[in-house]
Parts: sequence; structure tokens; C-alpha cells
Amino acid sequence: MVINGEFKNGKLTVFLKGDLDHHAAREAMRELTLKIDTHLPRSCVLDLKNLRFMDSSGIALILKTDKRMKELEGKFCVVNVPPQPKRVLNASGISRIIDIREAGI
Amino acid sequence: MKVTNYIKIEFPSRSANEALSRNVAACFAAQLDPTLEELGDIKTAVSEAVTNSIVHAYPNDVGRICMKCRLFEDRSIEISIRDWGKGIADVEKAMEPLFTTGDDDRSGMGFSIMESFMDHLKVKSQENKGTTVTMKKKIERKNLS
Ligand SMILES: Nc1ncnc2c1ncn2[C@@H]1O[C@H](COP(=O)(O)OP(=O)(O)OP(=O)(O)O)[C@@H](O)[C@H]1O
Ligand SMILES: [Mg+2]
Repeated sequence: MVINGEFKNGKLTVFLKGDLDHHAAREAMRELTLKIDTHLPRSCVLDLKNLRFMDSSGIALILKTDKRMKELEGKFCVVNVPPQPKRVLNASGISRIIDIREAGI
Repeated sequence: MKVTNYIKIEFPSRSANEALSRNVAACFAAQLDPTLEELGDIKTAVSEAVTNSIVHAYPNDVGRICMKCRLFEDRSIEISIRDWGKGIADVEKAMEPLFTTGDDDRSGMGFSIMESFMDHLKVKSQENKGTTVTMKKKIERKNLS
């Protein structure tokens, strides 16, 4: 799993690449939290375009990031969700709670 | 029903084996010529079951996990994941959506995902003896056009 970030005009975009499972989730969450705490962005976009696989470990990561952004009174959304992660998001029902979009904020 | 092919693998409950086991199951299922969506569903369900054995069955040590995949002549695949760990006291309760004994790294959605991505899910467990999760999915024949 590779995590890259981009910060511009108060907006943090984080790109996840590879497989987001339990094996990868702890390190991914650590890096994501570090990026948010460094920039304290007004909005955070999680870009999943290059995410090859995600399971319920990814759901926890998305929910935790949403919670952190709410604490910062910022916006959070998930974009460019490939078919397999999308099925996981839909099956878990979190697509009803989290802002999931085709493109960025 | 007649079993037409099978594999059986055993591995230690290390998290690096999550990707390994779901990819092995997907490779085995590939002989039924599934769609990408069906393959993704199988991978996801296996990942959930194996992760549960790693996280919940053996929380403080490394234990043994066994995965068996069988193909039947009606084009269904059966995958069972077994551990000899902690076990589940109340299986019915554990299978409820959002139920978790884990921390905030867990969402309590594993069994719900297995249930919705596979056609059948059976969980057999005994406290301090272990857990066996058996899942089945039928891969429909594609119309060759
Ligand atoms: N192999 C197992 N051994 C012992 N307990 C288990 C096992 N599998 C599941 N459980 C129990 O069942 C509960 C529900 O499992 P489920 O996979 O649905 O959710 P979770 O693992 O807690 O969270 P998530 O899968 O969303 O990360 C677990 O919290 C755990 O208590
Ligand atoms: Mg689970």
C-alpha cells in the first residue's frame, strides 16, 4: 500500500494505492492521521482511484477519518471509488453516511 | 454432489497471509471463468474470514489457519476457513451487523460482507476450541456471444 498526499489552499488530497486490508490499515491510518494533523485542512479528499482491493479494514479507516475531520470542523469525502471497494462500501451501508463522489470537492 | 477439484493450504496467522490466501482462493476460482465482480466478491469474503482468525481467534499469539477450497460439478465453489483459536461464545450475536469485540480499527461488518457476497455462509464455533467458516457461491455459466 502506497500513500501520497497533496496539500493546496486548505485542501488535503490523499491517494491510496494498492490493497487496503488489515495488514496495511494500521500504517495507512498512521500516515493519514499524520498528514491531517500536520496540515489541519479545511477539507480532506480520499482518492481511491488506484486502490486495487479493500475490505472492512478500509471501512474503519474511512469512518475514523470522517470523525477526525468532523472534530476539525472540516469537510471529508471519498472520490474515484473502483468497483470492488464500491461494493464493500455499499454492502456496509457507509455510502449512506459518508460523502462519496465521482470527482473532488 | 461430486467434487471436481480441491486445494487445501495451511499458514500461520500473520497479517501478510491475508493477501496471499485471498489471492490463492481467487486463482482457484478462476477455473470457473467468473466475472471480475464474482472474483472480487470471493476475495473480499476470504479476506474477512482470514482476518477474523488472525485478529480475533489468535489475538496475542500466532496460530494455525487452514483454508480449503472445493469445486462442485454444478459450478459452485465452497471455501472453508478454520482456526483453532479463541472461538465465539454467541455466534448469532457475533453475526449481527456492527457487532464487534474489536477496537475502533474494526467496524463489525465482516460477517455481513461475507453474507452478502456469497450465497451461503455457515459459522461453527466452540469457545477455546476454534471456528470454522464455510462459504459457498455458485458461478453461473456466461453466455458466449
Ligand atoms: N475466527 C474468530 N474467532 C473468534 N472470534 C471471532 C472470529 N470471527 C469473528 N469473531 C467474533 O465475531 C465478531 C464479529 O466479526 P465481524 O467480522 O463481523 O466483525 P469485526 O471483525 O469485529 O469487524 P470488521 O470485520 O468489520 O473489521 C468479532 O468482533 C469477534 O468477536
Ligand atoms: Mg472481521
